Amino acid sequence: MLALASPALLVILLLIVLPVGWLAWQSIYHDGFTLENYRRIFSEDIYWRSFSLTFEISLLVTLLALLLGYPIAYAASVVPKGWRVLILALVILPFWTSVLVRAYAWLALLQRTGVINQFLQYFGVIEEPLALVHNTFGTVVATVHILLPFMVLPLYATMQKIPNDLMQAGASLGGSPSHTFWRIFLPLSLPGVLAGTTLVFVLCLGFYITPELLGGGRTVMVSMLVSRNVELYNQWGAASAVGVVLLISVFAIFLIVGRFIPLDRILGQK
Amino acid sequence: MRTFSPGRIAFVLFCSLVLLYLILPVLIIVPMSFSSTRFLTFPPPSLSLRWYQEYIGNAAWMQATRVTFAVAALTVLIATPLGVAAAYAISNSKLRIMRIIHMMLMLPLVVPIIITAVGIFFVYAKVGLVATMSGLVLANVMLGLPYVVTSVVAGLQSFDPAQEMVARSLGMSRLRSFFAVTLPQIKASVLTGSIFAFISAMDETVVGLFISGGQYQPLTKRMFTALRDEIDPTIAAISTLMTAASFILVLIASTRQKKNA
Repeated sequence: MLALASPALLVILLLIVLPVGWLAWQSIYHDGFTLENYRRIFSEDIYWRSFSLTFEISLLVTLLALLLGYPIAYAASVVPKGWRVLILALVILPFWTSVLVRAYAWLALLQRTGVINQFLQYFGVIEEPLALVHNTFGTVVATVHILLPFMVLPLYATMQKIPNDLMQAGASLGGSPSHTFWRIFLPLSLPGVLAGTTLVFVLCLGFYITPELLGGGRTVMVSMLVSRNVELYNQWGAASAVGVVLLISVFAIFLIVGRFIPLDRILGQK
Repeated sequence: MRTFSPGRIAFVLFCSLVLLYLILPVLIIVPMSFSSTRFLTFPPPSLSLRWYQEYIGNAAWMQATRVTFAVAALTVLIATPLGVAAAYAISNSKLRIMRIIHMMLMLPLVVPIIITAVGIFFVYAKVGLVATMSGLVLANVMLGLPYVVTSVVAGLQSFDPAQEMVARSLGMSRLRSFFAVTLPQIKASVLTGSIFAFISAMDETVVGLFISGGQYQPLTKRMFTALRDEIDPTIAAISTLMTAASFILVLIASTRQKKNA
């Protein structure tokens, strides 16, 4: 059995374990051991700002995704089958569209001469085009769009398993619809909330394409710091150290959340 | 249930708006790709196939398209047997180490893609695989494996291994009984896994940005570079075609699953 799994395992070892290991090694070794790269992350302003910006944006994106995604998942779990198929299709279709294509679509929608600005100007709502993109706003709008299915799907998976009898029992005992929702449905859906928020937050921490294309160079998220240190400044050591800190953050979050719900429940959605 | 309280109407309205937000950006690229003008204007101008002609007539875009399809096809050809073999081993072994192996095969989904990309770039730079076809395919095989493994492990869960035991007790070798008994019954999950590996390879952008170059640049890398400079509606045409391809593939995968369920 081990032999059957070994070709796949070899690919994983050579193409992700070794590269990430190498990255970690490079972050501490450059003609001798050094912690210089890490000292810079914690002392230089640009690194610190980028890390805190990335955590802020991820938090905001996760919160927005939960606010938008919870009602959708709830609707999908209570409506008749035909509507459910429609709602889930509308969630899953964007999910399987290339992230790059979606970033492009948002660029076309939000730019100065884009669809939204032209629409608003045509109807005289605004005189001058609004700055909707090449800033944090554009990044957040597109990132929430791309990550929303990762919130809705685990939420729906959990809600679908909540027995309807419980709600009916609550109602028959005199609970109003809102009372049964808050006291029965919401608490039972919390594992899904935890799975969805974890997935969205962690994916957002490492997001690269949308901030690069829609952030306009001002919203420098951690992933962009990594790529710039490699591509522009040829600072492989610095890039590696930033990557290692990002990776440790991601694993730490998975480890903490994994104590409450099994990890394959979170990753099974992808 | 059939009450139209203000709260209910607000809820339905809110959900409709969120669903619109989800689907609109995916659909907007279609009218853009058929527009006759360079800039998107509202109301939409006349229709044309101009940007599709631009795409098909451009040697660089065509070369990138060939690279993308070659990489995706080779990725599926390699990742599918490797993934099926690993999934079979995971499902049929009680060894504790298999759990660890299973988790390791999921690593490509857990490690942020930018870190994977830079790491592979460092390794490829040492061994001379940067800007090669084999380098691109290998990286995509690694990224596609979790999809095949996840799908086939799920497929094997609903398969009764006793059937394979029966075939073996009747004298079939383990390999033959797998191909004759097991594989036909899990083929929907194998197909689903390989379709997702194909889509993942077709859409992959970040790793390709770092490790591809020269004549072996996939579509997504050329699109990304073009997007950084200006909004070229040719990209809308390519995006429409890519999205259509993904939708058709996902449709095939989901109807196959239903037939076998």
